[in-house]
Amino acid sequence: MPDSLLFGTEVVLNGLMAGVLYALVALGFVLIYKASGIFNYAQGVMALFAAMTLYGIMVGQVPFAHLINAIFGTHIHHFGWEVPAIIAIVLTIAVMVLFAWLVQQYIFRHLVGQEPIILFMATIGLAYFLEGVADLMWGSEIKALDVGLPQGGSFWIEENTQWMGMGNENFYGFFLDQLDLIATVIAAVLVIALVAFSQYTKQGRAMRAVADDHQAALSVGINLNFIWVLVWSVAGFVALVAGIVWGSKSGVQFSLSLIALKALPVLMLGGFTSIPGAIVGGLIIGVGEKLFEFAIGPLVGGATENWFAYVLALLFLVFRPQGLFGDKIIERV
Amino acid sequence: MKMKLTTLALGALMAAGPVMADLVFPSLSYRTGPYAAGGIPFADGYADYFTMLNERDGGIGGEPIRLVECETGYNTEKGVECYESTKGEGALVYQPLSTGITYQLIPKATADGIPIHTMGYGRTSAANGNVFSNVFNYPANYWNGASGVVNYLLESNGGDINGKKIALVYHNSAYGKEPIRTLEELSKKHGFELKALPVDHPGQEQKSQWLQIRRDRPDYVVIWGWGVMNQVAVQEAANIRFPMENFIGVWWSGAEHDVLSAGDAANGYKAITFHNVGSDFPVFDDIKKHVVDAGKAAGAGDQVGTVLYNRGLYAAMLAAEAVKTAQDMHGVTDITPQQMRDGMEALEITEEKMAALGMPNFGPSFKVSCENHGGPGLVGVNQWDAASKTWSLISDFKPTDGEVIGALVAEDSGAYAAENKIEPNC
Repeated sequence: MPDSLLFGTEVVLNGLMAGVLYALVALGFVLIYKASGIFNYAQGVMALFAAMTLYGIMVGQVPFAHLINAIFGTHIHHFGWEVPAIIAIVLTIAVMVLFAWLVQQYIFRHLVGQEPIILFMATIGLAYFLEGVADLMWGSEIKALDVGLPQGGSFWIEENTQWMGMGNENFYGFFLDQLDLIATVIAAVLVIALVAFSQYTKQGRAMRAVADDHQAALSVGINLNFIWVLVWSVAGFVALVAGIVWGSKSGVQFSLSLIALKALPVLMLGGFTSIPGAIVGGLIIGVGEKLFEFAIGPLVGGATENWFAYVLALLFLVFRPQGLFGDKIIERV
Repeated sequence: MKMKLTTLALGALMAAGPVMADLVFPSLSYRTGPYAAGGIPFADGYADYFTMLNERDGGIGGEPIRLVECETGYNTEKGVECYESTKGEGALVYQPLSTGITYQLIPKATADGIPIHTMGYGRTSAANGNVFSNVFNYPANYWNGASGVVNYLLESNGGDINGKKIALVYHNSAYGKEPIRTLEELSKKHGFELKALPVDHPGQEQKSQWLQIRRDRPDYVVIWGWGVMNQVAVQEAANIRFPMENFIGVWWSGAEHDVLSAGDAANGYKAITFHNVGSDFPVFDDIKKHVVDAGKAAGAGDQVGTVLYNRGLYAAMLAAEAVKTAQDMHGVTDITPQQMRDGMEALEITEEKMAALGMPNFGPSFKVSCENHGGPGLVGVNQWDAASKTWSLISDFKPTDGEVIGALVAEDSGAYAAENKIEPNC
């Protein structure tokens, strides 16, 4: 097999993996937008906050330690215990549910019926507020998150794909990161679980009803507050999953909040209201940007991925303004 | 009534006016935002050294030091705001701590007569004191860094790197592009093949770049990164099993937090440096006694001895030594920013002086002059030991390629002088 085909295949495979990671972030946006019409600018910061909380609980960090020490002149930083990853994850989910309740109770309950732009502005404020709270609560240092996910290229895949080079010395077998493979499995399970939840549970069906028409849902006795708390909780859970995967790659740090930038082209392409759209959009963006960087990048000086993802999304928008899987926009005059 | 109003107005004026009795050092820190992990230790080190001087010696030459901290968030606009809001306090010298802020402050500070010290960052050609009268970038600049990497590789290869392949993974910004020209010149001189691979901000996703490195199999990878880009690069290098001992970063890619998240896989990674690491220096006993144990540390006291804390401490020490030089030169203790500039221009750091300060071999010996604001550009190499989670200096501070760098500095500063119609300063 020629070098370019082998390497191109490797790039496509890695692009698919990267796409899954982008889709993980995009999913959180879709859930909230679908149920409440809010474009949640704070989704990236929620991933950061969730990952910081998880790490803090795992290592037994005292929340707001710097603040407590500054006020009371104490020197407390840790409780002196460590919490196993699985228990810490459960506790973090509880924190994200509490966060969802607070957001609904103190922000969005008061903004029901407001223009979408007002709701969007509120999420911008929420993002900055949450960023500050996360810093104050857990500190700004980079945290090495280890929940037991494997890292590094898979030896097994490398060894078992070397034959494809047919003696080509430049080919060492396909490189696939074990963390990316695990992330793919996690994303698949998450999507299946989310679809099953929305199709086969009472709360899931209520969530869909609210998404379709919240006034009609209210008229048949669905508790809107509860559903919106539920939606924000699920989005918080998705943010935690994204935070764990991305945080394991680079350590938990402020930049984690910027992964939202990677989700925007995915949403533009896949549509803001479709869970399968987020996945397919993620895969198209992942493969598209990696292939473009591989084929065209060297000719134009590289670093094409960030902007090319948006160009790709905009190209799709020309033909399908609602995105690949988004609801068709019908305006009656 | 008129008298009362006049007295009130005078009182208000005095209260609002600058307090000139102290030696004022603004600290343009970034304790928040995406780069806080790097900003906090530097700011702590910078503040703690001055606190130690105040507590132990009563300041410098009997004049108390006042540190004025202003949060920039590593944002250029905020950095300029910080400059404008603090310069009236009698600021003696600015450490902008960002290449973007530095570029904005060069014309402003020069017009205001306040010196700027950009240690290991900023505008490299500011080393030419003939053009940049108020800007200093001793003891080393980016181009010294690039040359330092090549010199180290030359040394590791018996003086011959002809035909070797070197990949440069760089932050796709003005900062990241700084070493390219120098490395291109050095590749012509030494015959190595250079391949530059840009990474877009913030650098969270670098799969394409590292797949390319895996395909190309360069002999060495050099990284010019910052923030999350560093941690991801070290992890990706580990993922493709690139030999860590052949992976070397600039000094902004060589702190503890850059390697800790990769765990044992980061063992052997190297970074160039212009100052020593660790806390095994007598000065830290005084920091502990007068600052940390006294509850006067700028932060939580948990950064003492880390790479970036030491860099902040070193910057403060160089500023304090420049104050002493200025005080001796002008025969006054309460110096002005202009006198501080003179002190920086006449600064001489010797090993004897460093030892007396409790910092033996903490940094290179050097001398600043009117023409050369960058010093000789001596650069060393650190290596990471993952087991003990410590950096160690594995080489002396050695000279860099003055011939290549000198020509580039002359060319760039000459263009700046022509564009801004600057007369020679010396």
